[in-house]
Amino acid sequence: MKQLTASMAGTVLNIAVNEGDSVSAGQTVLTLESMKMEIPVEAEFSGKVEKVDVEVGSFVNEGDTLVTLGE
Amino acid sequence: MTKTTETTGYNTRLEEKLSKIFAGGQEKYHEKLKESNKLFVRDRLNLLFDDGDYIEDGRFANVEAGDLPADGVVTAIGKVNGETVCVMANDSTVKAGSWGSRTVEKIIRIQETAEKMQVPMLYLVDSAGARITDQLEMFPNRRGAGRIFHNQVRMSGMVPQVCLLFGPSAAGGAYIPAFCDIVIMVEGNASMYLGSPRMAEKVIGEKVSLEEMGGARMHCTVSGVGDVLVSTEEEAISEARRYMAFFPANFAGKPEVLEAKAKKAGRSLEEIIPENQNAPFDMYELIDQLIDEDSFFDIKKLFAPELITGLARIDGQAVGIIANQPKVKGGVLFGDSADKGAKFINLCDAFSIPLLFLADVPGFMIGTKVERAGIIRHGAKFISAMSAATVPKISVVVRKAYGAGLYAMAGPAFEPDVCIALPTAQIAVMGPEAAVNAVYSNKIEAIEDPKERLAYVQQKHQEYKEEINIYRLASELIVDEIVAPYALRDELSKRLTIYATKDLPLPYRKHPIIPV
Repeated sequence: MKQLTASMAGTVLNIAVNEGDSVSAGQTVLTLESMKMEIPVEAEFSGKVEKVDVEVGSFVNEGDTLVTLGE
Repeated sequence: MTKTTETTGYNTRLEEKLSKIFAGGQEKYHEKLKESNKLFVRDRLNLLFDDGDYIEDGRFANVEAGDLPADGVVTAIGKVNGETVCVMANDSTVKAGSWGSRTVEKIIRIQETAEKMQVPMLYLVDSAGARITDQLEMFPNRRGAGRIFHNQVRMSGMVPQVCLLFGPSAAGGAYIPAFCDIVIMVEGNASMYLGSPRMAEKVIGEKVSLEEMGGARMHCTVSGVGDVLVSTEEEAISEARRYMAFFPANFAGKPEVLEAKAKKAGRSLEEIIPENQNAPFDMYELIDQLIDEDSFFDIKKLFAPELITGLARIDGQAVGIIANQPKVKGGVLFGDSADKGAKFINLCDAFSIPLLFLADVPGFMIGTKVERAGIIRHGAKFISAMSAATVPKISVVVRKAYGAGLYAMAGPAFEPDVCIALPTAQIAVMGPEAAVNAVYSNKIEAIEDPKERLAYVQQKHQEYKEEINIYRLASELIVDEIVAPYALRDELSKRLTIYATKDLPLPYRKHPIIPV
């Protein structure tokens, strides 16, 4: 299991995956909005979405878990 | 007859001693090098110097000891890319490359030579640190290890200083890389730390691996003490040679202009830059369309990647590029990116390498986390370095340049030789969305009908965009030029040629109080 975390503080703009989805490395799983910029968050490796830890509109701080990926 | 025999005898004795010195430490330590994919110090020097040719001082250091050839360090002078450089190179087959008194004296002397000759100084580091048994002779005294760092500081900005880290650089020794202009680290072998993992466990109770605490990847991605991460020693040496080609021998010289090369084939700037100011794109792709193909030398590529800093050539002319990377963290500036920018600007300014700023920046990061980490003093460091630089400064506003982001990226107030805007440029205190919210939030909230509210907000956005319209800024002479994206490379090339004679006197004082 591996957590995708926020690289910077911001709010969740949209979530592109659902729990149970397979994702491949480099795929955008969600987009944050911070400083009015869109910040895509990509999967670092291929796997399955175990848990989406945030909702659209949630505030996240740097380092907060966004999505939990399983092998 | 007798005399000839005697002479032959002398020579034989000398040659015997030399061959022992050239062989380095015991065979088992050479085996250890091979096992960890490391090269013997003399093989490293053969690769580094043109034709593997160099002269050497202090070969016989500690020769009487018998088992400490050259006292564990080779100090040499040779040519790199046709230019003279001085080198110190630890021999890790001799007492793990540790420093005795003669080791330290040799290093100090080669530094003094580099200063006298006004040529670059390279440090090929692979050393366990001080020989504790010799500490009185090599640690606290006037010509002890501290003098090495004192010399480095003295020579900083006078001649280029480069560190190639092949193995450990421990405790006090870790300051050699820290005082260099650039540190190239070999992944898996290079490490830097003040206290070893064993010491950390004993003294503070922390259990940690060497790689985690002081490994090459950690330093090149997290701490920022490393600049270039490579996978082999051969690559480290070829990268060092490539880096050196950008620099004059000392601060009084100018970088050499090489033969012009075409840019890499690829998408045009018009295709690369998205219309939506807030959508990310890859700044590296844009840089490739401005510079000579394969000329980019990325510095701190893996550290604070929201800001790109690297050396390149445009029609053969050396240039230092500072570019926001909208693909990472929206190109927002953080404390680490500010540090990265400041050090790079200082490096280029010291050795007369012109600076090219490519701005697409929403500003410095805001929020509790960064304020507590001192983003203001880090930002001040970046802005101060940029402001103090007297080399040619070309500022290009690619897309947005908001707030202090405009300042950091050599905005008009900081005397760039030119501030060029692309037609997509947007210069303002903040973006339209944030500005309209800031100014009209009470009015917006007071409108009850959602449709009417949206229409009002859109109207205010439009008005704001007209206010900061780039032609208006050009009309007011805020930006000096608006250039079509397809014409930018040629424009930059011409301007670099023209600005090459720039000569700005420094303000009269001892030195500024540099924010840190």
